[in-house]
Formats: sequence, structure tokens, C-alpha cells
Amino acid sequence: MNDFLAMGGYATYVWSSYAIFVAGLLIDYLAPRWRNRRIITELHGRLARQKKKTETAT
Amino acid sequence: MNTLSLWFHKFGSPPTFYRLSRLLCPWLFAAACLIGAVGLYAGLVLAPADYQQSDAYRIIFIHVPCAWMSLFAYIFMAANAFIAVVWRIKISEILAMASAPVGAMFTAVTLLTGAIWGKPMWGTWWTWDARLTSELVLLFLYLGVIGLFSAIEDRRQAARAAGFLALIGIVNVPIVHFSVNWWNTLHQGSTVRLLGPSRIDASMLWPLLLMALATHIWFFASVLARSRSSVLEQESGKEWVREIVQAQGVRRE
Repeated sequence: MNDFLAMGGYATYVWSSYAIFVAGLLIDYLAPRWRNRRIITELHGRLARQKKKTETAT
Repeated sequence: MNTLSLWFHKFGSPPTFYRLSRLLCPWLFAAACLIGAVGLYAGLVLAPADYQQSDAYRIIFIHVPCAWMSLFAYIFMAANAFIAVVWRIKISEILAMASAPVGAMFTAVTLLTGAIWGKPMWGTWWTWDARLTSELVLLFLYLGVIGLFSAIEDRRQAARAAGFLALIGIVNVPIVHFSVNWWNTLHQGSTVRLLGPSRIDASMLWPLLLMALATHIWFFASVLARSRSSVLEQESGKEWVREIVQAQGVRRE
């Protein structure tokens, strides 16, 4: 196991590359989800405001 | 209408696109993670160490698939930009703009892992070599497309302008690909070749191809996830969006 983690003495290089890769994918996974949530909240608010407006008008 | 254009029209209609991508996305992400996990295990554990580079070569299993994706994403983006500019198909505009950040991410990972690999093997983090420089230009092209798209208020006009930029930038793709043949570079030539035998042992090739498959699936999953939000945003006045927003808003309250 230690041999595996040591990566023939190149541990820093190999594992930092893999960490960057995983971090990149993680950001790529989360960013659209956050954006989607923001858009839905915004649209939901807009919808509620519209409803209120039509209710007060009648 | 033939079946193909019928399919295209159906898939191109925003509500169908939204529903289909919502259905597909989790499966695509799961498939990419599963195949990627197998690929990483094979690359890190099963594949033997290189006789020259020892274990440092294992960076190849992320560096090369990401580099392929950086070009693939650009071609996908430019193809969609072409359709968007010529036929003004809304979904193509959205797909083109959704692939830019994913491509930029893969290009950045390629450059960073390449630098990390270059330090122990070449003795330098960076050199102004043809392959490295053209890949950096690719990153700037992605950033240019993203920047131009977010700088213009009107979403459709923004997509059109950024689409033009993406189309002009396509000249860089063959430069990146052939740079190792055209110029005498520090970067090595292609190891995996479509025509003729690859210059890599089968024990190292199959994990690499698995990783390539995983990153391709990931790309489409991410593009669909991003496109979905854009469809909602652009169609916000429509009845079907209202229904979805209401359903999701209630669920989170």
C-alpha cells in the first residue's frame, strides 16, 4: 500500500495531477446545479409576484 | 419529413429537450463515474510501471483523455455554433454555449497536469513549445467565447456573437493536433493512433481508452445539465416552464 502511495517517488506529481482532475470534475458537476437552483428560485419568485399582481387587480 | 429531421425537430423542441436531458443526466453522470473508476483503478493499480518514467507516466491516464476532450469539446461547440449561426436553431445555440465551460475545464486540467508531468520529465513546468502554446491558445479561445457570451445582455445575440468567435477559433484545432508533427517539439508525438498500430502496450492502452470513454460521457452529461438550465431561463415565459417551476418550488419549500 505504501509502495502504491509512493508512486515510485513521484507521489507529489501523480497525486496532485489526479487531485486537479477530480477538483475540475467536481466544480463542473456542481456549477450547473447551483445555477439551476438559482434560476428556479428566481422564476418561482417572479411567478409569485405575477400571481399577487393579478389577484390585487381583480 | 423523414425520420431524422422529425427526430431533430422533436428533440430540438425545448420541453422535450428539457425532459429528455433531465432523464438522461443522472444516468450519464453515473456511467461516467463508474467507467472512470474502473479506468482509474486499471491505470493506477493494474497497469505496469513504465521502464523509463516509472510511475510518473500514470499522469497519462488523465492528461491525454482531457487533452482529447479539449479538442472534442471545441469541435462539438463549433459544429453547434455553425448550426446556430446558419439555421438559428435555439437548442444548438444553447448546446454550443454549454460546451464552452466544460471544454475550458478540460483544457485547464490538460495544461495543469501537463505542467506537473513536465517538471520531473523535462525539468521544466512550462516551455513555449508548439503543442503547449497552441493548447494555451485553445484555453484563451474558450475563455473568449465564455466572456463574449456573458458580456452581451440579449442571450440569443450573445450566443450568435460568441458562436462566430468559436467558428473563427476552429483553425486552432488542427494546429493543436498536428503541432507535434509540423514542428520539432519537446512534447512527444501521438502515442495512440487511429490509423496503424498504437505505440503503447495493450496493458496501458485499455485503461487509457476507458478514461477517454468516461470523459466523453461526462462531457455530454455536463453539457446537458448546463443546457437544461439555459432552456428554462430562455423559455421562462412559457406555460411548461411555469409548471416545472411550480412543481420544483413546492417540493423545496
